[in-house]
Amino acid sequence: MAGLLADKDRIFLNIYGQRDWGLEGAKARGAWNGTADIVTQTPEWICDQIKASGLRGRGGAGFATGLKWTFMPKVQSERPHYLLVNADESEPGACKDRDVLRNDPHLLIEGCVIACRAMRSHTAYIYIRGEYVHERERLTAAIKQAYDAKLLGPGSILGYDVDVRLQHGGGAYICGDETALMESFEGKKGQPRLKPPFPAGAGIYGCPTTVNNVETIAVVGTILRRGAEWFSAFGTEKSTGTKLFAGSGHLNTPCVVEDAVGISVKQLIEDHFGGVRGGWGNLKAVIPGGISVRMIPAEQCEEALMTYEDLQARGSGLGTGTMIVFDKDADLVKAIARASYFYKHESCGQCTPCREGTGWMWRVMERMVTGEAEMSEIDTLLDVASQVEGHTICGLGDAAAWPIQGLFRHFRHEVEDRINRYRARKGSYAGATIAAE
Amino acid sequence: MSIRRLSPNQPASFAFTPATLAAAKAWMASFPAGRQQSAMVPILWLVQKQEGWVCEPAIRAVAELLGTPVIRVLEVVTFYTMFMLEPVGTHALVQVCGTTPCQTRGSEALLAVCKRRFGPANHRTADGKFYWQEVECMGACANAPMAAINDRYYEDLTPEGFEALLDAFAAGETPAPGSAIGRQGSAPAGGATTLTDAKLYDGSLGRKMKIPNLPPKASKTPRKPTGAPA
Repeated sequence: MAGLLADKDRIFLNIYGQRDWGLEGAKARGAWNGTADIVTQTPEWICDQIKASGLRGRGGAGFATGLKWTFMPKVQSERPHYLLVNADESEPGACKDRDVLRNDPHLLIEGCVIACRAMRSHTAYIYIRGEYVHERERLTAAIKQAYDAKLLGPGSILGYDVDVRLQHGGGAYICGDETALMESFEGKKGQPRLKPPFPAGAGIYGCPTTVNNVETIAVVGTILRRGAEWFSAFGTEKSTGTKLFAGSGHLNTPCVVEDAVGISVKQLIEDHFGGVRGGWGNLKAVIPGGISVRMIPAEQCEEALMTYEDLQARGSGLGTGTMIVFDKDADLVKAIARASYFYKHESCGQCTPCREGTGWMWRVMERMVTGEAEMSEIDTLLDVASQVEGHTICGLGDAAAWPIQGLFRHFRHEVEDRINRYRARKGSYAGATIAAE
Repeated sequence: MSIRRLSPNQPASFAFTPATLAAAKAWMASFPAGRQQSAMVPILWLVQKQEGWVCEPAIRAVAELLGTPVIRVLEVVTFYTMFMLEPVGTHALVQVCGTTPCQTRGSEALLAVCKRRFGPANHRTADGKFYWQEVECMGACANAPMAAINDRYYEDLTPEGFEALLDAFAAGETPAPGSAIGRQGSAPAGGATTLTDAKLYDGSLGRKMKIPNLPPKASKTPRKPTGAPA
């Protein structure tokens, strides 16, 4: 068996699109089975079950899902409650939600109904990134199937009426932040809002709102069908369940795969991603959770586990569980400089440290790639990165700083070598010696 | 941030086609009454599908349709990078992902192909057929490197395969999107190594089942305690 998880314990049974994505196919694979028995329970029961399962948000932050749902008001006022599903997957490395959206859309739609019941809401909106045109068409068709089968809309055969509707974005990474997502949802520029007020108090249209990732919502139905204890039996105490992982970069067979949380980085790479190009010994570093987390060097990958706590202890994070792998031929400085360009491009421009800092860090990183930098600039760069980190409304400033910090924590010597080499070359070209500093 | 400005060359007028208008109204109806501004991005997207790009008269038309000031539409159009602010190629809008995961798997070679064939990025070619740009992560990292051409994802590309793809577009064809090496979605090359258990797909999971951990049912008529006199 490849990996830790047996096929019978997988949630996403059509993740590669090898079977019928439609309603009939999804039902044969267990979706919508027993949903009526679930949504006729009290919201408290659903929240308690999800809490017991230990499910944590799969969008990167890893907040406890059942707990998040209980933040919604217990009685409905004249302001309706909303579930807003974050399908704005744009983190470099992350490509897992796309496969749920296009190949298992009914798991997501069913999850919306159950989550709405848990937060006393009757409307769910799915905000999908604008570039996912094919996925949007698939999801639109799946929602229509659910309406036609009376699983959605007024007079639902499930006994609890929920409307599921779509919204889409226009190509802005920042809209993956929950408050920027809400601004964008309302037809505005996607600039994050200050918290408080928190979304559960005042979200879209000033109404109580909960924002959840696609994968988080899509697994809810199966967790309740198989029991919280089934889900929590996988992984560790703080990181339970199964999860979608993705691999990209210098791998022999990159792919998306579901496995148990807590699988080791090495086993994930060797069993599912076909190993590192050139063999395990050729590994240089791994960014385990999407580009915004800090990288871990090869020697730590031997025993690192794909859990929230293990990766955090290594100064990194599980993030979205989607790893980027670099072999010994990789130019890490260039890879991180490209990430810095990404953040410079995607900064919304609202907070000065991020708007100015991301551009500044990118320009310095580009010079580090060629080596055309002063040795002292490394410390200046790290100083600036630490001043961007934690001084912005949303997490984009942090996310821009972490990859750079990760690079210098483990591979500072590479950048220093590069600067030295550049100087040595310059010196011989010019035929003069450069003053020692 | 990316600096985005409207094109200096603008058409005199813009009109919604009946199909675009109907689709726009459908989007507006999917939001609560009085919240129709929420439909702005989808409607601008429809405009772009109709015209190929978003022109200044269209911005005014969208503002009028939604009952918002023009500046609200203008700031959205210039914020979101999917909106093209000048005319694009008649045959193909080529968007090559250049972000780190694609870069590690060879997107620079694809960018070089575009540069050689079409010239500098963010310009329409002289024959008006192509427009290319480097874009940020498109969310298909397990199938890197990739390019989105006219909104469809072409994945697992090689420079040679990419050339052939562009030749096809130049000839007015629309090749089938997806993996260039025949992968099924994001399954590993050579076929999936998981989800091979036939029992998952024999329909047994769809049979009627009992949800575990349900609270005891509160029956409407309280049952008499056992042993109580009849």
